[in-house]
Amino acid sequence: MYQSSIIDIISPVMAGPSSSHTAGAVRLGLLARNIYNAKPDKIIFKLYNSYASTGKGHGTDKGLLAGFLGFSVCDKRIKTVFDTPEAEELNYEFEYLQDFNRHPNAVDFVIEGGLNMLISGNSVGAGEIEITNINKFSVKLNGKYNTLLLVYEDMPGVISAVTGVIQKDNVNIASLHCDRSGKGKDASMCICLDGELSKDCIKEISELKDMYIVRYIKKLES
Amino acid sequence: MRYSITTFRQLYYACKEQGKKIFEIALENEVDKGDYTEYQVRLQAKKSLDAMKEAIKEGLKSVELSPSGMSGDDCDKLQKRYAKTPSLLGSLAEKIMIYALATSEQNLRMGTIAACPTAGSCGIVPSVLIAYAEENKIREDDEINALITAGEVGRIVSNKMALAGAVGGCQAECGVASAMAAAALTQMRGGTVKQVINASALALKNILGLTCDPVCGLVEIPCVKRNPFLAIHAVTASELAMADIMSKIPADEIVDAMEQTGQLMSPLLKESSEGGLATTKTALALAKNILK
Repeated sequence: MYQSSIIDIISPVMAGPSSSHTAGAVRLGLLARNIYNAKPDKIIFKLYNSYASTGKGHGTDKGLLAGFLGFSVCDKRIKTVFDTPEAEELNYEFEYLQDFNRHPNAVDFVIEGGLNMLISGNSVGAGEIEITNINKFSVKLNGKYNTLLLVYEDMPGVISAVTGVIQKDNVNIASLHCDRSGKGKDASMCICLDGELSKDCIKEISELKDMYIVRYIKKLES
Repeated sequence: MRYSITTFRQLYYACKEQGKKIFEIALENEVDKGDYTEYQVRLQAKKSLDAMKEAIKEGLKSVELSPSGMSGDDCDKLQKRYAKTPSLLGSLAEKIMIYALATSEQNLRMGTIAACPTAGSCGIVPSVLIAYAEENKIREDDEINALITAGEVGRIVSNKMALAGAVGGCQAECGVASAMAAAALTQMRGGTVKQVINASALALKNILGLTCDPVCGLVEIPCVKRNPFLAIHAVTASELAMADIMSKIPADEIVDAMEQTGQLMSPLLKESSEGGLATTKTALALAKNILK
């Protein structure tokens, strides 16, 4: 379990006005960008509950877009992100919804392109965030660790093969979370790491049998 | 593991036994937890301190209103007043109130600030810390040590409850910020470990029950003006603590009381804007104009 640090308390350095509604939104966008890891044809940002009702005044829409474009939480362009050349090149839309089954500050990234992806996450306070679902898999991603995200065919031996490759880099695994759509169907693995994986290691994992998606998502700056 | 400090009591005894300051023990504790090195914590503290100073500098010059148009020109008004008429409380208090407004107003115009602990409460720690440091020519290293002291206070409280208005009301945001500022100030004034912790305890104890009821759901009313109020609150706590006026209730028990108070507080008063100031006649009229 992650114990909070002094660093969490005295940061982030961010564009205002709200740690949950602005900085949290940027961080969610950054993670979604790194998870998708390609240029999409179209992206729909679905904002729920408090994100929908007070998001405009807090720049939540700007934050989500800025993060998805790769801007950091303290980037001066967040305020005017709609006018940036980066935003003009992207085909995006916003939807504002109320759904009491969702977190007060929830967002869906509906991404269309070579690969269609639905990424869901929440802003949980003081700029801290979580990505909870990718497509239909439950995942655990909070941006505090370098994370390896895999989608592959469910079969025996995959976890041991993957962790074997990671061991070659001598990187410690902080946590490991698996899910699957059904026995022998698609499965997902979310591995939080204490160190950095080498390019060779990631390449070797992506060459394992029946790996569909391999993403190495770097931890977010504080 | 040498320490794992989660309470003020543990922090006090670790300092006492080793004859060290709070920031020294706090840094050792961070390193022992294994996620960060001392260098990384100091670097982030320096980065946050620089951002705080920059926010004040920018905030002092600007009269730009927030996107809602509800706020953004109060710092200018206070500066104009003090240019002609000095504060009853002297130049340090003037500076603290001006800096708190400057930072908070920078926040609502989407300027760059350091969330400390949150964006809504971002004016409290910097105003007290930087105003005192400027008036007393405190070295940057000691400013950083004071900020780490403040961070340790916030971290200990956050072990018990989330520092979010939606969870604990404003006592968990501006209240905790004020306790952090009281600790930083008392540290810079050369207070003892006991006095630093007691300053935090006094600040927290006297803000229990503060609700989070922002008008239109925005970090503006009452958040902006609440920052200078709770900055001066931190000074009061430090003044009493330096006189060894002890909180009869220990700091850890005050945090317990704060957590319980947060749980008992109606959800209507915890950042949902469904009660309190947010549902006054005037607030509803403002909401009608702004959110449409």
